[in-house]
Amino acid sequence: MTSLPKTTKRKLGLVIDLDICVGCHACATNCKEWNTGAKSAPLTDLDPYGKADGVWFNRIHTYETEDAEGTSRTVHFPRSCLHCDDAPCVTVCPTGASYKREEDGIVLVNEDICIGCKLCSWACPYGAREYDEHEGVMKKCTLCIDKIYNENLPLESRAPACVSTCPTGARSFGDLGDPNSDVSKLVAARDGYALMPEQGTKPVNRYLPPRPKRDTSSQAEDRAPRTLEYVDEEAGSAPLLARLVDRILSV
Amino acid sequence: MHPAKSVIYFTTATGAGYGLFVWLAYLALQGLLPADKLHAFVFLAAGFGLVITGLLSSTGHLGHPERAWRAMSQWRSSWLSREGLMAILTFIPLSIFAIMWFFMGQSAGPAARIAAIGAVMAMITVFTTSMIYASLKTIPAWHNIWTKFGYLTLSLMSGGLLALALSGVFGMETAFHALIMPVLVLLVLGLSVKYLYWEHIKTAKTSTIESATGLGRFGKVTLAARPHSEDNYLLKEMGYRIARKHARKIRSLAAAFGFVLPLILLVAAMLYLEGTGRAIALCLAFILCMIGLVFERWLFFAEAKHAVTLYYGEQAV
Repeated sequence: MTSLPKTTKRKLGLVIDLDICVGCHACATNCKEWNTGAKSAPLTDLDPYGKADGVWFNRIHTYETEDAEGTSRTVHFPRSCLHCDDAPCVTVCPTGASYKREEDGIVLVNEDICIGCKLCSWACPYGAREYDEHEGVMKKCTLCIDKIYNENLPLESRAPACVSTCPTGARSFGDLGDPNSDVSKLVAARDGYALMPEQGTKPVNRYLPPRPKRDTSSQAEDRAPRTLEYVDEEAGSAPLLARLVDRILSV
Repeated sequence: MHPAKSVIYFTTATGAGYGLFVWLAYLALQGLLPADKLHAFVFLAAGFGLVITGLLSSTGHLGHPERAWRAMSQWRSSWLSREGLMAILTFIPLSIFAIMWFFMGQSAGPAARIAAIGAVMAMITVFTTSMIYASLKTIPAWHNIWTKFGYLTLSLMSGGLLALALSGVFGMETAFHALIMPVLVLLVLGLSVKYLYWEHIKTAKTSTIESATGLGRFGKVTLAARPHSEDNYLLKEMGYRIARKHARKIRSLAAAFGFVLPLILLVAAMLYLEGTGRAIALCLAFILCMIGLVFERWLFFAEAKHAVTLYYGEQAV
């Protein structure tokens, strides 16, 4: 049934900290690793040693920002399914293959009845759905449904592959519908935000903005030495041999 | 958006076919359809031929065409499902009309009233087709009222030109006079709707790269590095860019072939031509119009920008 549930008991989702993410692509790699053997298996790769093209649930973009004063930033930006409350990919599905689970809000595809019409990928503003040309069906992030509920795994491993593997801890997983959950508290403390709220999709996932930069002006006391000249100014107080070497090299 | 050939054929062919059935009902209600088998065969073959091949073509881009029947089930939420269901339901009155006309030699009275029911359902089917596109908020070039007007007007227009062409071939004088004025009006209306559509999409924007990334608080956002070196499904399907630089030329071709040349031919057929000359002009008008509509429909896809391209460096969609 592709009508959306009125409410979901939980809203499982991700919180992604753009302040911490270093853009290493480990989340995307481990996502591919887990999911190519999981519910949506295989995540087909076409021509992997040529013009490689394949299905991934996680894509890491890098953006630059520049304000009016010319201060710029580089921000690494992982992009995956946001498991929206008003998921347009679900309601456009003509077959009922797309659905949102009432118990935890996860948006999934039943690949046995998907006709591969691609309309869901047209309806999603976030590019969360990718068509598997080889299998003829649509695939998407499952929030590692076969990992997070897997009782054969130790408790600490029951998190999505992208969260388990992130070396910097930039990704958190939990119930964003419960205001007392760790992820909800994190979002509240850091002013977490939703992507493209104007599209009316009500995403569950939240992004945490990069923190303000520290004072980087030249007067800042903790400024690290940036140039060799800065070090050379101190050469006068160096031991004799070092001063000699410095003198010879400076000729 | 990637302009798939199967979908261009589907929308233009079913549009003309369903439009033809509307004009058949219009002629039948006025008692202007000859009841003999030859007329019935040619008109019905043209209408059903376009509609059936168009619908079959729409399954051509599916990953699993053998599961297409499942697409009828989700009419409560999905416009694509509603379209599939309406297309099937519309065959019921149209088939009854076809049987009455071809096998029973009836083209007026009850047969005309069944045809009228079929005509209304045909237009609802065209409307559901337009809503598949118009309902997508991710594509502002489609998410507007001109998309709906466009599909309905162009369906009636191209179907009317086909009805005129066939009435010219058969030398159906009264039918020609009943059709010519409404079709001329529809040609002007069609071009006006497309002009307003093209004006509208110049400025229609919903989202920006700033809202897509949430990084607008730090100033202007630009893409520094893509996630992948080769184009993926998203860029091939939603990031189609080849057409944009030729858009103006293709628009001129669409306007000339789809509307202006058929208009000139129709005026010539009305004022100066008779018999064979008129039949040739009317057939040519329909053929040129369909060529123009293929250009128009190709642009409808190729010009439309999708919100996901914001993540790949587009500034506003």
